[in-house]
Amino acid sequence: MTWLSIIISGIVTYFSRMAMVALIDREMLGTKVKEVLNYVPAAVFPAIIFPGVFFNDFGLFVEITDPKIYGAIIALIVGFFSRSVIATILSGLSSYWFIVFVI
Amino acid sequence: MLSKSKIFFKGTVAVLPHMLSVIPFGIITGAIGVELGFDPILVYATSLIIFGGASQIIFMQLLSGGASSLVAITSVGVINSRHLLYGAVLSEYLEKLSFIKKLFISYFIVDQGFAESNKYIKQNKNLSNPHYYVLGTGVTLWFCWQLSTISGIILGSFIPEELGLKFAIPLTFLAIIVNDLRKLDHVFVMLVSGFASLMLFDAPFKSYIILSPIVALIAAFIMLRLKK
Repeated sequence: MTWLSIIISGIVTYFSRMAMVALIDREMLGTKVKEVLNYVPAAVFPAIIFPGVFFNDFGLFVEITDPKIYGAIIALIVGFFSRSVIATILSGLSSYWFIVFVI
Repeated sequence: MLSKSKIFFKGTVAVLPHMLSVIPFGIITGAIGVELGFDPILVYATSLIIFGGASQIIFMQLLSGGASSLVAITSVGVINSRHLLYGAVLSEYLEKLSFIKKLFISYFIVDQGFAESNKYIKQNKNLSNPHYYVLGTGVTLWFCWQLSTISGIILGSFIPEELGLKFAIPLTFLAIIVNDLRKLDHVFVMLVSGFASLMLFDAPFKSYIILSPIVALIAAFIMLRLKK
C-alpha cells in the first residue's frame, strides 16, 4: 500500500511540474496574469519561512526569545545588505548555533 | 554567445550556495524517514519518485501517524501545487522546446532551481538556450538531493537533535528572496503570505502551503489594480 501511495504521490508531483510547461499554452495567460505571476516567489516562500521560524515541531508558537527568531532576524539583515544566498544562510545558522551552544 | 555546456554549468554554479541548506535538509529527510520506521528502500523511493523535500517529510509523517493514503497523497498534491506557478513562469522560456524535452525537463523543476533560473533568465533575455540553465540547476540539485537523502538514511539517528538542522530550511527560502527585499510591493506580498501561513497553519492537509500563496497573490492582484 505504501509503494502505491508513493507512486501516486510521485505522479501528482510530476504533474504539478509538467502541466504548465507541457500541456497548457502560455498564450492562454493574459498580461495581467503574467504581472501577478511576477509575485510568485514573494507569495510562495514566506509560507515556508514563517512557520519554520515561528512554530516548533508540534505546530505551536515559539517563545519570543527563541534562538530561531534571532537567527532569522540576523539572516534577514545580512541578506538585505549583502543580497548573498550563502551569507544569508551562514549568518542565520551561525548566530543560531552561537545562541544555542555559547550563550 | 554562450555554449550549451557553459549555460548548464552556470546553472550548476548558481545553485551551489543552496547546497548549504539542501544537503542538511536531504540528510534530515532521510534520517526522519528511517526514524519513523519506514523501510530504507521506501524512504529512498520517495526521493526518486516524489523528489520534493517538504512533501516527502509530510508524506512520511502522515502515513506513520496513521493517516490514510488518500490524506497523505492529497497533502503532497497541495504542497506541490506551487510548482504550477513555477511552470507558468518558466513556460515562457521553455516554449520552443519539443514536447518530449518539456516532459523531461519538468521532472527537474524545484524551488531553488526555479528561483535562480528565473533570476538569471530575466537578466539575460537574449539567451538562446535558457533551458540548459534550468537543467543545470535542476540536475545538480537532483544529484545532491539523492546523495544527501541516502546519507541521511545511513546516518539515521546519529545526528544530534540539538544541532537544529531543521532551521536551515526556512533560512534557505529566506536566502532565495533576499533580492526582492528592497522592493516594497514584493515585501508587502511576502508579509501577506507569511501572516496568512501563520493563521492558516492548522488548516487540513497542510493546505496552508497553497492557501497562503493564493491569499498573497490575490493581494498582489488588488495592489496592481489600485496602482493603476
